[in-house]
Amino acid sequence: MSNSNYPNLSIIGLLVNDSPGVMMKITGMFARRGFNIASITVGHSERPGLSRITIGAEGDLDTIEQITKQLNKLVDVIKVQHLGLQNTTIRECALIKVIIKGHEQRQEVVSIVDLYRAKAIDVSQKYITIEVVGGPRKVDSFIDVISDIVPIREIVRSGLMAISRGKSAITLN
Amino acid sequence: MPFFDEIYEDKDIRVVLMRHEQMAGHAAEGYARVKGDLGLCVTTSGPGATNTVTALANAYYDSSPIMVFSGQVPTKLIGNDAFQEADVVGATMAITKQNYQVKDVNNLGKIFKEAIHIANSGRPGPVFIDLPKDVQVADCSLAEPIPENIHITGYNPKEWSSAVPRQINRALDYMMNAQYPVILAGGGVAHANAHKELEELVSILNIPVVYTMMGKGVISDDHPYVLGMLGMHGRKRANFAMCEADVILALGTRFSDRITGDLNRFPGQSDAKIIHIDIDTAEIGKNVQVDVPIVSDLKPALEELLNQLKDRMKNGGIIKSWWYKWIKDLKDSDGIPNVTNTGPHGLVIPEKVMYELNDILEPDDIVVTEVGQNQMYAAHYLNIRKPRTWISSGGLGTMGFGFHAAIGASVAVSETNPEAEVWLVAGDGSFQMNLHELSTVKSADIKVNIIIMNNEYLGMVRQWQELFFDKRYAGTDLACVGPECERNYWPDFIKLADAYGLEGIRVSKPSQVKAALERAKKSKETVVIEVLIEPESNVLPMLRPGGALDSFLSRTREEKSIYDWYGRLPRTDMECKNYCCEIAEEDDVDYLFQWGKKKEDK
Repeated sequence: MSNSNYPNLSIIGLLVNDSPGVMMKITGMFARRGFNIASITVGHSERPGLSRITIGAEGDLDTIEQITKQLNKLVDVIKVQHLGLQNTTIRECALIKVIIKGHEQRQEVVSIVDLYRAKAIDVSQKYITIEVVGGPRKVDSFIDVISDIVPIREIVRSGLMAISRGKSAITLN
Repeated sequence: MPFFDEIYEDKDIRVVLMRHEQMAGHAAEGYARVKGDLGLCVTTSGPGATNTVTALANAYYDSSPIMVFSGQVPTKLIGNDAFQEADVVGATMAITKQNYQVKDVNNLGKIFKEAIHIANSGRPGPVFIDLPKDVQVADCSLAEPIPENIHITGYNPKEWSSAVPRQINRALDYMMNAQYPVILAGGGVAHANAHKELEELVSILNIPVVYTMMGKGVISDDHPYVLGMLGMHGRKRANFAMCEADVILALGTRFSDRITGDLNRFPGQSDAKIIHIDIDTAEIGKNVQVDVPIVSDLKPALEELLNQLKDRMKNGGIIKSWWYKWIKDLKDSDGIPNVTNTGPHGLVIPEKVMYELNDILEPDDIVVTEVGQNQMYAAHYLNIRKPRTWISSGGLGTMGFGFHAAIGASVAVSETNPEAEVWLVAGDGSFQMNLHELSTVKSADIKVNIIIMNNEYLGMVRQWQELFFDKRYAGTDLACVGPECERNYWPDFIKLADAYGLEGIRVSKPSQVKAALERAKKSKETVVIEVLIEPESNVLPMLRPGGALDSFLSRTREEKSIYDWYGRLPRTDMECKNYCCEIAEEDDVDYLFQWGKKKEDK
């Protein structure tokens, strides 16, 4: 992926037991073996008791292979898959709070928001909070553009979520 | 307390009361390694549980199936920093194969069964179970029945796959066309109980075998094709064979840094093909690039290999005969010396102890070592003939491991083969990390023949300081006391043995070694033999730090110079002959010959 924030990024999808300490086992493995996590997202999966994790990891292909093998060794990790960027849809959500001065700036921000098919989810006299969803390049690009127009007060990014295209899936069956 | 109270009257469970929890963990590992089955260690909460961290790490890196089972404060107090509470599940996460905290007594049976299955299956490893007090005393009469078969989603060690025969076919293509094949056997061969298959393979192919330290014993050291330990402190012949090999069959090993030396120059022949069979997928390709990866349990994989090999054998010979000849000559020139003279201080040369121990060692006897020079002397020179009779701390290198592992080993052999002796090869530094367990062996009537090779130093580090730090013995001199550095040694190991009601024998002359060992063997209980060895004796050869397998420091001139003569190993009969002659002529040169930088300095 030619993205400035993630020059050497690979996406790994995991299905894990939803039990205490599992996240610590996973992140602990990264820390102990000196691997880098660029992004990590966790949430419930389609099956109760199992969580779905998307990890964006940095490293060459040998490193990524070693990461997937080491993740596979963890008993609480049920499935691991290195998701090729070609056949994967990647999304990220960002919430961005910007500071605006006057009506003209507000108009300008709203037009950029429309251009990116983002949403203004909270508007007050001096602040607008924008929700933007898209691939990591879109989110980066939106932040670049908006920060040229108005000062940014706060950014919250969800981290990458990824799902493979077509039939392929990381599930129990 | 509720747990121990429950087993107080149980005659089927033998409880060995160790004096320290770390040692209990090591003893469980010693037991597990001898029996090839789970060793159990039970501790109290908090400090008791955290004391087992080293033991768990040791078992993790050496793939030993042990279970540590610790108490914990009641569930409602967890997280409140209650008395003797510690987050041991968090602390042991990175060094166990799996760990659990049982919060509901109904899950207890299932968790135990799961944990035992995980510890013993696939690549074995330690498991940890934290059991809060209220769960211990909870009524479990209503608990669900323990499931008959354990199925853990997400835990499927690959003991076999349909790809294995095809990969083995490829491996055989390489092996049958090899000119200088070598088998590298690791500890996995013992875990898989595949030693018979390995021996059969060697007897069919006549391929030289080198082993890792953990793999010592998986094939008898008496076997003509066994070249000994490879690596940092490996035998020169093993390292040379590895440097020259064009096909390497690696079995149950993880290519640790102690084995490969400089990774950029491993394998020695850059076009050498590596065939790697291991049950742990993550070990394949982790440190070295592999040409034929095979993920499988070793036993069925080797059986498949043998079957396919036998089919192919109908077509005739495999390897050029002079490769064996060279190996044989090299092996003949590299035996263990019977050093009867003394060193510069008039004390025993360590090789002498190993020579005499070899003489008295029976095939079923178990040798346990501590960590350091004593370990390397033992790994170099002792003839270990059976798997699971060599126990040493490999991956973690835990000083203090040996004595306790020996206690566990002794308990294990008393169940299976009471005739076998357990020998502990220890250094004075290591032994002082664990000597309180002398009380355990005395009170629990456990027999371990303890050989303390006392050189008054932390010898291995001192050796490095001698060779690479201009003999500045910082923090390694155990006999240097007071500001004037007056030499005086404590403790007096003989008095120490006496304090625990055990017999102590001090040996200061080479001629006394044999008698002391025999006396220990005859004794009904643990005997402490203290051998005063030359303080500044070195374990050689050793690789230069960061060096490749062919760049080592040697005791005698000929060990280093084999490459000087030919720039490679001798490859013809004539070259072999010359090589052997030159060794014979130089054999009397017995001084530390450090080549390279130091030599030029002089």
